[in-house]
Amino acid sequence: MPGPSPFDEMTNADGSVREPYLILEQWLKEQPPQALGLMAADAEGIFRRLGITFAVYGSNEGTEKLIPFDIIPRIISAIEWRRLSKGIEQRVRALNAFLHDIYHRQEILKAGRVPEKLILNNSAFCPEMMGLEPARGIYSHIIGVDIVRVGPDDFYVLEDNLRTPSGVSYMLEDREAMLQLAPDLFQRYKVAPVETYPENLRRTMESVAPAGAGSSPTLAVLTPGIYNSAYFEHSFLADQMGAELCEGQDLFVENGKVYARTTMGPRRIDVIYRRIDDDFLDPLTFRPDSMLGVPGLFDAYRAGNVTLVNAPGTGIADDKAVYTYVPEIIEFYLGEKALLKNVPTYNCTDAEQRAYVLEHIAELVVKEVHGSGGYGMLVGPASTAEMHDIFRAKILARPDNYIVQPTLALSTCPTFVDAGIAPRHVDLRPYVLVGDQIRITPGGLTRVALTEGSLVVNSSQGGGTKDTWVLEE
Amino acid sequence: MLGRTAQNLFWLSRYVERAENMARLLEVGYRMSLTSRREGGASEHLMSMLQAAEVDEEFAKKHKLADVTSVSQFMLFDETNPSSVRSCLLAARTNARTVRTALTTEMWESLNSAWLEFAAIDPRETTGSRLVELLQWVKTVSHRYRGALLSTFLRDDGYAFSQIGNFVERADNTARILDMKYYVLLPRTDLIGGDVDIQQWTLILRAASAHRSYRHVYHDRYKAWNIADYLILRPEMPRSLIFSVGWINRTLDMLEEIYGGKAAGHAAAADVTSMLEGNSMDRIFAYGLHEFLTEFIARNNKVTEALAESYNFYG
Repeated sequence: MPGPSPFDEMTNADGSVREPYLILEQWLKEQPPQALGLMAADAEGIFRRLGITFAVYGSNEGTEKLIPFDIIPRIISAIEWRRLSKGIEQRVRALNAFLHDIYHRQEILKAGRVPEKLILNNSAFCPEMMGLEPARGIYSHIIGVDIVRVGPDDFYVLEDNLRTPSGVSYMLEDREAMLQLAPDLFQRYKVAPVETYPENLRRTMESVAPAGAGSSPTLAVLTPGIYNSAYFEHSFLADQMGAELCEGQDLFVENGKVYARTTMGPRRIDVIYRRIDDDFLDPLTFRPDSMLGVPGLFDAYRAGNVTLVNAPGTGIADDKAVYTYVPEIIEFYLGEKALLKNVPTYNCTDAEQRAYVLEHIAELVVKEVHGSGGYGMLVGPASTAEMHDIFRAKILARPDNYIVQPTLALSTCPTFVDAGIAPRHVDLRPYVLVGDQIRITPGGLTRVALTEGSLVVNSSQGGGTKDTWVLEE
Repeated sequence: MLGRTAQNLFWLSRYVERAENMARLLEVGYRMSLTSRREGGASEHLMSMLQAAEVDEEFAKKHKLADVTSVSQFMLFDETNPSSVRSCLLAARTNARTVRTALTTEMWESLNSAWLEFAAIDPRETTGSRLVELLQWVKTVSHRYRGALLSTFLRDDGYAFSQIGNFVERADNTARILDMKYYVLLPRTDLIGGDVDIQQWTLILRAASAHRSYRHVYHDRYKAWNIADYLILRPEMPRSLIFSVGWINRTLDMLEEIYGGKAAGHAAAADVTSMLEGNSMDRIFAYGLHEFLTEFIARNNKVTEALAESYNFYG
């Protein structure tokens, strides 16, 4: 990796330990030699027994895998968290305002602050949402913001996940595992709770129920089923907040209302946390070949008889090409400067920028505009000359399909690996709920690239997770 | 509760119960094949066991000879055999994954770890005493699940569907075990029975874990009449038809209380019950034991159909 060594969450360049990690350092020193290894093995046992697994697409052997869990927590001080959460709140406010505008008057396009073509010709733009008024005007209720850190005060937002961000169950189960494995370490810290998430999710969903739903609306989680990679999470969340876990076949629409097929006959459903992509939600409105969705669901939604969480069409706000404009979007709707930085992004449709990208591809990160999960991505410095050529050709063929960013020196965090404790690159995904209020769970999912030097933290690419501690003052 | 959830709970219990019964059958087949002194006797015992499980045709497609190895591999590990222990445990676990939110942690973990342990077994290392050990383990899996169910499951409709599934399957299995050897149970003039008969009777009783408790109830040597009576009409015998049907009825009453009304399941169960209540072995034998069992199995199946209809099973 070029450049100076990356910022480490625990240890300063001069070898001194950063304040939030002092107690952890002491605790690590006190552990007998084999203790961490045993803990790691215990952790794996816990996760396997609970069945916290995910499916890896394109992998034939063993359809269920564990995401590796690292036993050394990532710790964030109260001050750092306050800064971060302010910045996150600002972003989700602005992006929801943006969505409302895009699907109504499109002032931001008229003002020329965001190119019209970028929105209206974008496959993530959902014309069916035009003029629709969702409950409380909220489009994205559940958001996971991907953040990386490159210095003590340098945080960048990598991506705003406004469609169906996953991983929150890992945040919760990582905490459970950590409480079981290292109770004595918890006693020495004041760690903000994350266990409030399911209850807050419930409150958020209730707060956006349709007007006629009454005081105790019926909630459902709509899953594609047990073969989906995130099925565990779907069932976990449904269970934790006491919602019905449904597949498309469990629901039907009659007279513009959504019902579940229960043992006692049809039961009206008011709010659906759908974990099915827009395209598959309703074969009558979107992809006609979808077997996962519910025919007529979108009409029921349009009629205001059910709330979809998140709304269809939110993808237009976390599109990688729109991402570049988020600072602009924040200024336009809130009149404020963005508190969290965007990663500088090269636009390959611009000839000058494209030329730079093609020349410097070995130093850059190339992402597919609509890609996710670390698929179809190039990390220049970690790749081969051959791959560089392949991506050069891809960019030339479809410049609008890629965004390019400098390779960020993601911060590292001490991680327990075969060789002992060693620094590994991490990112952070805090979870945000938007309903009657904005609720940000203190913590989030820390993903860690377990391979030395690797910057790809996605679980589908061999990344692991860590419990994330936000300290209370 | 979603109709699909009810259906899954119902079948989940059936699969667990079936895994146990397949292990019982195989254990008996294995014992009989060891003790059979007659040429070809071992193979015959194993075949009749496959017939009882209604997988004999499937077996014949793949294997020429029914010996302990081929039959135990087929009954334990064969993916194409829908009643193999593997298929049952996998189906149970898949069902459990689907309705995980409706299960207690204890129930889920018992099935999840059972499947993980089973998947780690090397089929080649399951001969002789290891086989017996493995069959014992399968029964333990079922008992662990039922233990978790009985001691942690909320007594609501989910519990009711689980219990009905369990006892519909058990009644079916017991009826099949009896039917497999019905001819050795028929009343005959020589009341004593030869060695071969005794061996067959033991098989039937063992398959129902009833060979020891029989003595407690009848204080007598094995007699065909008693054995049939024991497995059909004795309410204290936990694998008898009348015991299973009793549970089905009581659990349907529970559903009636929860849902406020009788449904088609009640009528179907009443049809089954009418074959047992107030009936006697005299009359059953007069009617024909095989005919009786065939009729019972058919009516018992109707309970599943009726439940599916009244409580919105689908998918």
